[in-house]
Amino acid sequence: MHIVVFIKQVPDAKNVRIDPETHTLVRQGVESIVNPFDLFAVEAALRIKDEHGAAVTALTMGPPQAKDALRDVLARGVDDAVLVSDRAFAGADTWATSVTLAAAVRKMGDVDLVVCGKQAVDGDTAQVGPETATVLDIPYATFVKEIVKSEDSSLKVTRQTDEGTAVWRLPLPALVTVLKEAGEPRLPSLRHKMRAKKAEIPVWGIEELGLQADRVGLSGSYTQVVRVFSPPRREERVLVEGSVSEQAEQLYRYLKEAGIPNL
Amino acid sequence: MNYFLTEEQEMIRELAEQIAREKIRPARARLDEQEEFPWEVVGTLARSDLFGLYIPEEYGGMGGGIFENCLAVEQLARGCIGIATSFAASGLGAYPILLYGSEEQKKEYLPPIASGERLAAFGLTESGAGSDVSAIQTAARRDGDHYVLNGTKQWITNGGEAEIYTVLAVTDRSKGPRGASFFIVEKGDPGFSFGKKEKKLGIRASSTRELVFQDCRIPANRLVGREGTGFVVAMKTFDKSRPGIGILGVGLAQGALDLAVEYARKRVQFEKPIINFQAVQHKLADMATKTEAARALVYAAARHLDTEPKDASKVAAMCKVFASDVAMEVSTDAVQILGGYGYMRDYPVEKMMRDAKILQIYEGTNEIQRNVIGQELNKEYGRLKESFF
Amino acid sequence: MKAIVDIDKCTACGVCEEVCPYEAIVVTETGAEITDECTLCGMCVDTCEFGAISLPEVGAGAVEDAGQYRGVCVYAEWRDGAVHRVSHELLGAGRELADARGVELAAVLLGHSLGDLPGELVAHGADVVYTVDRPELARFTDEAYAGALVEIVRKKRPEILLAGATSMGRSFIPRVAATLKTGLTADCTRLGVSDEGLLLQTRPAFGGNVMATIVCPRGRPQMATVRPKVMKALEPARREGRVEEVDVSAESIRSRVEVLEVIPEEDRTAKLTEADVVISGGRGLQKAGNFALLDELARMLGGAVGASRSVVDDGWIDPSHQVGQTGRTVAPALYMAAGISGAVQHVVGMQGSKTIVAVNKDVNAPIFDVATVGVVADLLEFVPEFIKTIRRARGEDRGEK
Repeated sequence: MHIVVFIKQVPDAKNVRIDPETHTLVRQGVESIVNPFDLFAVEAALRIKDEHGAAVTALTMGPPQAKDALRDVLARGVDDAVLVSDRAFAGADTWATSVTLAAAVRKMGDVDLVVCGKQAVDGDTAQVGPETATVLDIPYATFVKEIVKSEDSSLKVTRQTDEGTAVWRLPLPALVTVLKEAGEPRLPSLRHKMRAKKAEIPVWGIEELGLQADRVGLSGSYTQVVRVFSPPRREERVLVEGSVSEQAEQLYRYLKEAGIPNL
Repeated sequence: MNYFLTEEQEMIRELAEQIAREKIRPARARLDEQEEFPWEVVGTLARSDLFGLYIPEEYGGMGGGIFENCLAVEQLARGCIGIATSFAASGLGAYPILLYGSEEQKKEYLPPIASGERLAAFGLTESGAGSDVSAIQTAARRDGDHYVLNGTKQWITNGGEAEIYTVLAVTDRSKGPRGASFFIVEKGDPGFSFGKKEKKLGIRASSTRELVFQDCRIPANRLVGREGTGFVVAMKTFDKSRPGIGILGVGLAQGALDLAVEYARKRVQFEKPIINFQAVQHKLADMATKTEAARALVYAAARHLDTEPKDASKVAAMCKVFASDVAMEVSTDAVQILGGYGYMRDYPVEKMMRDAKILQIYEGTNEIQRNVIGQELNKEYGRLKESFF
Repeated sequence: MKAIVDIDKCTACGVCEEVCPYEAIVVTETGAEITDECTLCGMCVDTCEFGAISLPEVGAGAVEDAGQYRGVCVYAEWRDGAVHRVSHELLGAGRELADARGVELAAVLLGHSLGDLPGELVAHGADVVYTVDRPELARFTDEAYAGALVEIVRKKRPEILLAGATSMGRSFIPRVAATLKTGLTADCTRLGVSDEGLLLQTRPAFGGNVMATIVCPRGRPQMATVRPKVMKALEPARREGRVEEVDVSAESIRSRVEVLEVIPEEDRTAKLTEADVVISGGRGLQKAGNFALLDELARMLGGAVGASRSVVDDGWIDPSHQVGQTGRTVAPALYMAAGISGAVQHVVGMQGSKTIVAVNKDVNAPIFDVATVGVVADLLEFVPEFIKTIRRARGEDRGEK
């Protein structure tokens, strides 16, 4: 079985914050990490590999330094990695990203399952999974907590919905987006770390993928950002003092005035 | 300081540091409070390939030496030495087999120890035999194709949790120092049971139990090396394992130093962070210098010991005694720097101070270490051809 | 493609270099230079107080037949025989957009045995309700629902299509957008429309640390999913509206996926993401049993109980209660963080809440930076006292408890 996991290198959230004085975004340090949700996807794929045997390939679209993210997951036990990178891909919205990733999956040829994390913590759209599946014309299931492989080539997946869970049969080839419940990410092992360090990671650009410039990157995007601004300032913060019972009284009064329901 | 690690050594350090940060630090307070064995962390370490660092590749290990093992143990110790000891003690238990075991024994026992699948433990100490190893009473009597062991070992780290025990027993009392031998005893062997789990001042996550042998019957092929080599095996094992205790001290000292400096920078009294006061600064300076000195000594000792040198005993004793004393001093100073907060169980330093004490006691008390060094100096200088006068 | 610096306006102040999350800006004495690392995220554009940075325009002109797309359309989600409140909110937002454009506001209802749900949608502002009532749609699957909605869009050609950013919406609406080959913006918190008819889609980015406004110049319809509980619904009233049943081919609503089982969550009391009040607990609770305290308070206020990741990881409470980056994002009227330090990974899951109350005995805990009201106290003392206070105010307390 061949499983492809989509991963994304994102800025570490704790290093990107709003300066409370100037209300602008401040970036501290160079820390880039693998999108946390993608680590759950990697774990889900590795569990299927452990139980049923599979070859797992990690795929990412990003700048050259995204290779570090690929080495991170290779160190956790992923077998191969591919970097999709080209200046032409910059500025891609979720559609253009999906077109590009789908081309990479098609180039690999024999993919049975694509696993993605629910969303990337920088974009937070959760759209690339479903859109890529649509471009590839394969069925998909989102917010998956558990994957069980059936004897026929299909998967039984348990999805989280707003009102509970649903269990679906998903024929392969297919795509899933997964949640934390899909698996606590395993740590790297020393042997895999050493292998990851030496691994040759191929880079596929616009030519290797056979794509046209107007279908990818900003040119291929339907949406674009026109403005970025700081969210409205929160009102002056209040610290409630006094004894515990005084604090309780004060908080009650404050919330009552703020119109909190059911008080 | 730059210790000129190779790429692979750097990876060992990185991986152990990641495990300490993600798995050990979040769990240490609870495991200490509940006196619970860190099985989950052991599982993580097993999957990480770190258990077999010092074991040759042909037995499933990574083919490194004492130095590589120290690099890993240091980072784990920075998190918690109760947990790090559980890891390191498996190595201590494995060394008799690694150094003196037969090919069959190595093939049987080293691979599962290297993969972390089975833990090992070292059984030497008895109620009447601590520093005076020759006073051991546990005896092994040959009976046909078996040996029968009788006696009790005391305060054995990983006791009850490990599956493989290397145990020193008297095989011929009349031969004195040449009358003891090591045996491999497995959990489940008939007549082998455990005493209660001991309640300790520190390293409470580590399991310490008595090993009880009541007509414990084991196959004769469980004898390690030749009969009568027991004390030599024990001494040679300590030469390999003592840097491990030293590095536990280095890791603990570093962990305590990290907390002390961070606290001193944040804690404001008399309108300044206390790190601006010379009394605090000088203390931190001494703590940092001692920690670095301990690290430099243990690293150098480990590398040296990996070359099978003649002065192994002296060097091993030096790095154990120095680094363990440093750990005790630095962790105590760290509690002092954190003041009232340092005394509270909500903060991690008091545990470090409690944990550090054992480093000066087990695997040969620091008094014994000083004996060893003194005696080695005596022998060394006795061989001098020239006078220094 | 990268951001463009107007060298005449640039003063080489260096602020943009500091805010770029991808380290793609280098500022020298002559000015700012954008490197190839630029991902066009737009952060620098707003930060530059001299307006010296801009983003390149998206390729070719407007879509040729843009004029043929008219109307605002809203996907109306429903469950258990009732319209989901997000659908009312969408109609509220949709009404404003439709009025600004002078066009019709439509709602789409998909499923089986729709009863008089269409009437409710009209009462909440829909001029027309398109329905597809088929047994194949009795249970949700992405392919069947997307197929039906795509058919409706192709027939009715709305210029704007909105849906709730619920788990259903976030699951199948991207498929609709990809099938129609148009742009989709997720989780919008504000919507507007320009004079030229461009939908201005504003949403949080970088975990909510900044807001971004996005447009879709050449794809039609312009699609967006909207964050629940942000937009205002209209008061239901007697309104005029028509219901139109739309016929779609069996082919279009076929699904390759088979629904085996649908298991509703047992606990039907106020669910985390829907609740108006969330009382969350972290390590300060000391032990799992103390969640009972927060349970009591939550129940009194008709709210839900949340938790930080570390207590969920330790098994003190079910993961479905986790609030944060890898848990749920909530934005209730009141969020109380009790015994939670306030690590950024937790904060991104709740910073959109209207009123945030932090209860923590450590005055230096970062949670106080994001709180509206801070209470420096041991929650184990404060929460029972607070419960007593509420009871007293309600007149329930007869003497000492």
